[in-house]
Amino acid sequence: MEIIKYIPFESRFSALWRYRSFVGSMVIREFRIRYLGSLLGSIWSILNPLAMIFIYTIIFSKIMRAKLAGVNDTMAFGLFLCAGLLTWGYFSELLNRCQYIFIEQANLLKKMKFPRITLPAILFLSSSLNFMIIFGIFILFLLITHRFPGWSILGFVPLLLMQQGFALGFGVFLGTLNVFFRDIGHFIGIVLQFWFWLTPIVYPITILPDRFQSLIRMNPMSRIVMSYQNIILRNEWPVWEDLQLHILISLASMILGAFIFVRLSGDIVDEL
Amino acid sequence: MSFKVGLNTDKKNTQENSSEIVVEGLGKKYKRFPNHWARLAEYFSAAQYCGHKPIWVLRNINFKVHAGESVGIIGQNGAGKSTLLKILAGTTKPSEGTVKLSRNIAALLELGLGFHPDFTGRENVNMSCQMMGHRAEEIIGLIPEIEKFSELGEYFDQPLRVYSTGMQMRLAFSAVTVTRPEVLIVDEALAVGDAYFQHKCMQRIRAFKKEGTTLLFVSHDPGAVKSLCDRALLFDKGRLFKDDSPDVVLDYYNAMIAKKKGDEEIKQVENELGKTVTRSGSGQVRIQKVDVLDEENRSVRAFSVGDTITICCYLQFHADIKNPTIGFIIRDRLGNDVFGTNTYYLNIGEHAYKKRDHVCFKFTMKLNIGTGNYSLCVAVHSGYEHIEKSYDWWDQCMVFQVIPNNSFTFVGSAALPVEVDIQGMQ
Repeated sequence: MEIIKYIPFESRFSALWRYRSFVGSMVIREFRIRYLGSLLGSIWSILNPLAMIFIYTIIFSKIMRAKLAGVNDTMAFGLFLCAGLLTWGYFSELLNRCQYIFIEQANLLKKMKFPRITLPAILFLSSSLNFMIIFGIFILFLLITHRFPGWSILGFVPLLLMQQGFALGFGVFLGTLNVFFRDIGHFIGIVLQFWFWLTPIVYPITILPDRFQSLIRMNPMSRIVMSYQNIILRNEWPVWEDLQLHILISLASMILGAFIFVRLSGDIVDEL
Repeated sequence: MSFKVGLNTDKKNTQENSSEIVVEGLGKKYKRFPNHWARLAEYFSAAQYCGHKPIWVLRNINFKVHAGESVGIIGQNGAGKSTLLKILAGTTKPSEGTVKLSRNIAALLELGLGFHPDFTGRENVNMSCQMMGHRAEEIIGLIPEIEKFSELGEYFDQPLRVYSTGMQMRLAFSAVTVTRPEVLIVDEALAVGDAYFQHKCMQRIRAFKKEGTTLLFVSHDPGAVKSLCDRALLFDKGRLFKDDSPDVVLDYYNAMIAKKKGDEEIKQVENELGKTVTRSGSGQVRIQKVDVLDEENRSVRAFSVGDTITICCYLQFHADIKNPTIGFIIRDRLGNDVFGTNTYYLNIGEHAYKKRDHVCFKFTMKLNIGTGNYSLCVAVHSGYEHIEKSYDWWDQCMVFQVIPNNSFTFVGSAALPVEVDIQGMQ
């Protein structure tokens, strides 16, 4: 006998484990949906980032001769761009897709009983899969061009976890609210645009006047993106002392997301 | 959301093992906000402000279903049937009350199982099986079963978007019922299949029932409910209106549909055998008495196959009524219609009746029906069906028996004259 009732949190996680094969299949399905009906199929998942890396490194560095102050390398600006853009892409992809997590799966939510917690897990894994392909190509590129930074590349792992933890928690929070207020999706589109330009991704923070620099530094993403760039360009480990606040923000957003998800997950199906 | 339940102790569980589904004080409320700002205001003001209008689609529902029982769920559109099934299936949470049910539950709600249009039937079914909690190694064995039962042929490996509605239903039903569940919930989905597949589905449901599956079945097809279910629940406007045997509930439901137009009341009265029957209608015409007579005009309750029967309906008019239709239906013991007709179908000319008129209508026919117990339903209404305006509708007003006659032995419910011709062939 089972009683339909408020499911305690730990049982949600054990459900996640029980449904691991479902999560796995859904991740593969998400991946396949992208390339369904195309002749080259998943080759596109390699061609796309390849083109992106090619444009940033070759076009920007060799043809436009954009230079990065303080680094004596023609390709430096291209690598600088890639370090920020690829990781930002990972961040914004998860955040964006989390917003529509329930709206997109309305069909499933209404007709099948399965642990809802699998949905954020599927999104997290599927966006991670995409990123791993892209980043793998990037690392390959670094190795080929003899610009692989060294062991500090491992610094990416905690940084990415912090960043994606925030995106997941905040995304689920937005995704839940988005079911009730569809304004959120539009609003976040705008916010992400501003956020992108307020993060030193396509420009080094040093080119800004001092007043703006302190403003940009208040953006938590700035520190993270700058850490990526320092790893790639200078083989510098992230300064963990500066990132304590980020860990807190990341945890807080996950708790917020989980709270609102647990609180409103019953109402979600009624509204879809 | 203010529903709280305590976990049952194991001891209590074993006691209640015979009840597969226990629903107590169940209610489902939808919040209707006048606009989005009201919702925003309510969310941000904690408990002080209530911006929504509660819409109760289900309220105060209590019932138990025993293991192995099959229950039909009947009601007009919007009565709350589907919401109830959704709550039982676990896709929707109740707003109040509790539901206890067996773990192994399979549900076919609406059409499909959330299939993805771009994936093939095989891929979709694989996903559905995983969602239903089958293990990956089990599923490998189940897929061929599903393929076989659904009889989709090469479509099984085609994307879902090329499927017709009926094919989607076939796939969904085959997937949901690939293993025998303890509880099977079927919403009206079956209606879209063709006759052949419907038959196949029914057969499978019957087989499950025999093996002990508890069945919850929503249908607008009275025949299916009567033949499949031991019990029926009638829902109306979010309330559980009636919980009785299928033929009693269906009679009541029938009367309820007719009631929609008028303000007449439905009464369930006892017939001459002390059984509860449904009586409804506006009362502008009253059926005072119904009698069945044999060839010699004696009131009897047993006839032989092929005997002449006369059904006498004594009516009293309480208003001036033009062109009423008087009709009857003979039903077998399961409540299936065996034969019925009325003065409209029989092209009886136009008549006008005055208030306080007493009229007797007599229908005489040869009773060419099989042996068994039959009930008689008599009705007076306007138009050719009772939906339009029912004056008086009396279910099971009379029960009679048909016994074998000595010269003609057969099985079934229709007594068809047969000639046999035997010829030798070279």
